[in-house]
Amino acid sequence: MIRYIQGNKDHPVNRGVLCAKGSAGIMQHYSPARLNAPLKRVGPRGSGQFEEISWDEAMDIAVSWLKPIRESDPKRLAFFPGRDQSQSLTGWWAQQYGTPNYAAHGGFCSVNMAAAGLYMLGGAFWEFGQPDWERTRYVMIFGVAEDHDSNPIKMGIAKAKRNGAKVIGINPVRTGYNAVADEWVGITPGTDGLFVLALIHELFRTGNVDLDYLLNWTNAGWLVNNDPKSPELGMFLRDADAKPLIWDRKKNKALPNDDPEGQPSPKGEVTVDGIAAIPVFELMAQKYLAVDNAPDAVAERCGINAKTIKRIAAEIVEAAFENEVVVETPWTDWLGRRHERFVGRPVALHAMRGISAHSNGFQTCRTLHLLQLLIGAVEVPGGFRFKPPYPKPVDAHPTPTSANTKPNGPLNGPHLGLPRGPEDLLLNDDGTPARIDKAFTWDMPLSIHGAMHTVISNAATGDPYKIDTLFLYMANMAWNSSMNTSGTIDMLTAKDDDDNYTIPHIIYSDAYSSEMVAYADLILPDTTYLERHDCISLLDRPISEPDAVADSIRWPVVEPDRDVRGFQSTLIALGARLQLPGFVTEDGSAKYSDYADYMVSHERRPGVGPLGGWRGADGESEGRAEPNPNQLMRYIENGGFWKSEIPESARYMKQVNKDYQEWAVGMGFFDKPQPYQFQLYVEPLRKFQAAAEGHGPIQPPEHLRSRVAETFDPLPIWYPDSCESEEYPLHAITQRPAAMYHSWGSQNAWLRQLHTENALYVPATVCDKAGIEDGGWAWLISDHARIRAPVRRMEAVNRNTVWTWNAVGKRSGAWALSEDANEAQRGFLLNHLISELLPPKEDGLRWSNSDPITGQAAWYDLRVRIEKAPPPPDGASEPHLEPQESPVGTGSSGDLTYGKDWT
Amino acid sequence: MTSLPQPSKKKLGLVIDLDTCVGCHACVISCKEWNTSGYGAPLSDQNPYGKDPSGTWLNRVHTFEITPNVSRCDQPDAPAQIVHFPRSCLHCEDAPCVTVCPTGASYKRSEDGIVLVNEDACMGCGLCAWACPYGARELDQAEGVMKKCTLCIDRIYNENLPEEDRIPACVRTCPAEARHFGDLGDPESSVSKLVAERDGFTLMPEKYAKPVNHYLPPRSRTDIDGPEPFALASLAEPEATGFLGWLDKALERLN
Repeated sequence: MIRYIQGNKDHPVNRGVLCAKGSAGIMQHYSPARLNAPLKRVGPRGSGQFEEISWDEAMDIAVSWLKPIRESDPKRLAFFPGRDQSQSLTGWWAQQYGTPNYAAHGGFCSVNMAAAGLYMLGGAFWEFGQPDWERTRYVMIFGVAEDHDSNPIKMGIAKAKRNGAKVIGINPVRTGYNAVADEWVGITPGTDGLFVLALIHELFRTGNVDLDYLLNWTNAGWLVNNDPKSPELGMFLRDADAKPLIWDRKKNKALPNDDPEGQPSPKGEVTVDGIAAIPVFELMAQKYLAVDNAPDAVAERCGINAKTIKRIAAEIVEAAFENEVVVETPWTDWLGRRHERFVGRPVALHAMRGISAHSNGFQTCRTLHLLQLLIGAVEVPGGFRFKPPYPKPVDAHPTPTSANTKPNGPLNGPHLGLPRGPEDLLLNDDGTPARIDKAFTWDMPLSIHGAMHTVISNAATGDPYKIDTLFLYMANMAWNSSMNTSGTIDMLTAKDDDDNYTIPHIIYSDAYSSEMVAYADLILPDTTYLERHDCISLLDRPISEPDAVADSIRWPVVEPDRDVRGFQSTLIALGARLQLPGFVTEDGSAKYSDYADYMVSHERRPGVGPLGGWRGADGESEGRAEPNPNQLMRYIENGGFWKSEIPESARYMKQVNKDYQEWAVGMGFFDKPQPYQFQLYVEPLRKFQAAAEGHGPIQPPEHLRSRVAETFDPLPIWYPDSCESEEYPLHAITQRPAAMYHSWGSQNAWLRQLHTENALYVPATVCDKAGIEDGGWAWLISDHARIRAPVRRMEAVNRNTVWTWNAVGKRSGAWALSEDANEAQRGFLLNHLISELLPPKEDGLRWSNSDPITGQAAWYDLRVRIEKAPPPPDGASEPHLEPQESPVGTGSSGDLTYGKDWT
Repeated sequence: MTSLPQPSKKKLGLVIDLDTCVGCHACVISCKEWNTSGYGAPLSDQNPYGKDPSGTWLNRVHTFEITPNVSRCDQPDAPAQIVHFPRSCLHCEDAPCVTVCPTGASYKRSEDGIVLVNEDACMGCGLCAWACPYGARELDQAEGVMKKCTLCIDRIYNENLPEEDRIPACVRTCPAEARHFGDLGDPESSVSKLVAERDGFTLMPEKYAKPVNHYLPPRSRTDIDGPEPFALASLAEPEATGFLGWLDKALERLN
């Protein structure tokens, strides 16, 4: 029996606080929607008709599907664990299985943010770094709803405000963090990049950039080939050792970028070995001083006063340059030069999905990083700081892999990586995609998180090829995690001429009876989070802070009272049944008894495993050392986490800090020091762009050529998103409520009382024009579909934007809710309005509704128009899909009196 | 009728910061979680998995939208604002909920001012909820007794808890530092100082209930361009030359 869940005050991230979801963990654990046992589908797909089976039978069925396809054609398995916090295990499993078709949910979440940060800075917002909340003077949060990463942001905002810093929220909707921000900028969705470029224009116009920082720590001084006749136009000039060149302004000659004496020049065209070249800095100045980036030119489109833009630029300058933060600690840089102190510019940015989920999101994220770099505010006191194992240069990451070591053997590397140029795309010899999701093709060359959102439609149409088994974990693809929900349901249930499902087998794992469960053939039920082991691993996205590396575990506090098993343990057992390399010993028996065993004894590289604490036979080593069989006990004794402080001289400028680099090698983050300069100008982008301009052996197909040439600008740009339309003048977006974890919150008896149903929030002026009253109903119409939804009138929202809470609407029969539950009657999804394909272009082709660079799902490009609707006779929103049968029944309608039994 | 004790010297209560409350409901759920198996009867939920679920809560957060002509009459162009307002028992000095209680179940403690309900004596008549100007009491539908915030009396004096945890659950969990607990009868306490520094106020003083709990107002928002916004000086025109000219000077400074 769980009496109470309380935060751990010693925990390095949450420091004892819990969010609403954390405190409601009791109700999550005791949810009536928990799956009870493995299930085999007995009715048609979607009906929800199942029979409970034993684990032996369930594993036999899974093996009977997975073993033959591994032996014949492993790519016929598509394994997409969605909101998976164990990707280093699941990815490794898929690699050993040998299918190229693996990714988690990043492609429809925030890959734009991750990719932009990785290519420019060597790490992105949130999981790789965070604002220096303690010392910053000016915080800008862009497109951050009440989610990632919720408690640290709340704590950070409180801290910043207590210290007298200004917090400014750039968001179309003034809820949550934006409600407490000192200033709210109610920007038009999709124009953040334009706004930031206007700020950058102001910095250049007024000479407020940190030249010293730029020339030392970024590629501002690197020389770019400026010879229009050269096939290398736009690439960096390099010496014989392939080192990029700078132009030394004292010696008037080219030097490699790592010459300790080098004094890079920021301007002037020079000729090196007969090639005209120009430094990155001057290219930037030319670009960003252009008048079309001026505040007056962008104000109308952004929905922000030009005066406001200029004032914010002035405030940034004041905070950055007149409030310098100095940490008096000597340090040594990558070239052996000693510095007496760290100097910081106390301006800190954070951004999330509101920036990411647009088709211009990748370049928009880059404008944010450019702004940070121009004022010298990255990896310095008061600015944006990385969390180990980041920062890491692009070169420290693998390139993507789809090739097998031998026919039907393991993949010869990890699936996901960072392409350096067209040669790293995953294309077959005939140019067709190697992966089912078309990741790493010309459709989305830098889709570094894969493209889970394209898998079902591609598999259903057999484009690029047919698959046999779709294996999903914790992703509600038949409901709120897909665009075009009704269409996706049709694809999951589509049959061929022989009356067989076009996706022959679907395996799904979740702890709860979500909408997706009904569309699977085999359910492998997961435990609740209180019944299992987990690790938040250094090989994934650990819990580190800027001053310390840290990771953590979960361990079971109660035994399951159902016939369920942790998904990771199931996957490990399946790996052994399939005799996957790494999952079996030499005699073919299972190598790991369960996930806990794997967490302790697995070594990815010698001495480097999932957990960094208490390693070595005696448990006294950290980071890199042999496994310790008692490791988990040590974690439990320490409150479930391990934390090791970074030496003081290594805490800032980590990317070029000699002490940090050596410490990181000792910890096992990488095997040799990897210092690097930040990339304002990203050469890999230029390589794709040059291919589109006709250079090199691998070029985009004709229909994508101009798009690649226009969008792959090596310097950050802004372009309008794909959906601008006069017919559909309003933007429609969603936000995730602070108290809900996607669709998983509505089964929770306490949380669902906070968001029992959602409404469409409509600006007052739009309501008045359409004659819609508060509490009335509206049709919301896109070029794809229409929905009927209840309306609430709102003022604190961008004047051209309507919005609602995400994933509150449910399908009748799911989540063990009664059929007349509010979520299933009045609740609604915007997903029905969003097509996974854009309307046909002039050539008749339909482009994916995603970022052309990364493939990020462009949820927030959605455009709509609104009309007054009569109240529906049955009081339900539309579309209203047929109820599903619940495989777990319905939660009790009697009073819930938690605690009665023992008080 | 139940009488109030002489005002206590010690006045335990909450100070709630409307400047940082993001409306996340962490406090609401933590309160429910602690108190449903704590002091008195559980905080029940009706139709928890069906239509129109409801339940007993000792602390709720309400969200208000404030339009400019209300919030900033001096600045009619200011954008609308959203304020999250946590509401729970204010532990009033002249608690009207106590004096209307026909059975003596509602009472105010003389030692620390906490207002409590003795559930054994409560007949669920609901008079106290009618009398409370703040809507801070809820009649539990399963048990038929009146429930209200106890300031986590089973935490704050609980010697089985580490000393740092002897604070109400809502205060301990609040990620935004928006909730503070202490003795508002002591002018030297941290909560009294917060109230003094931040112009803390009580709700609806015209009701003469003398609430102990205080609220800190949202700080002035700055999302307005004044008549003379300070601007950055442009470099000499034309701009490109001006910028390169600046660059030369900046480089000289670096050398």
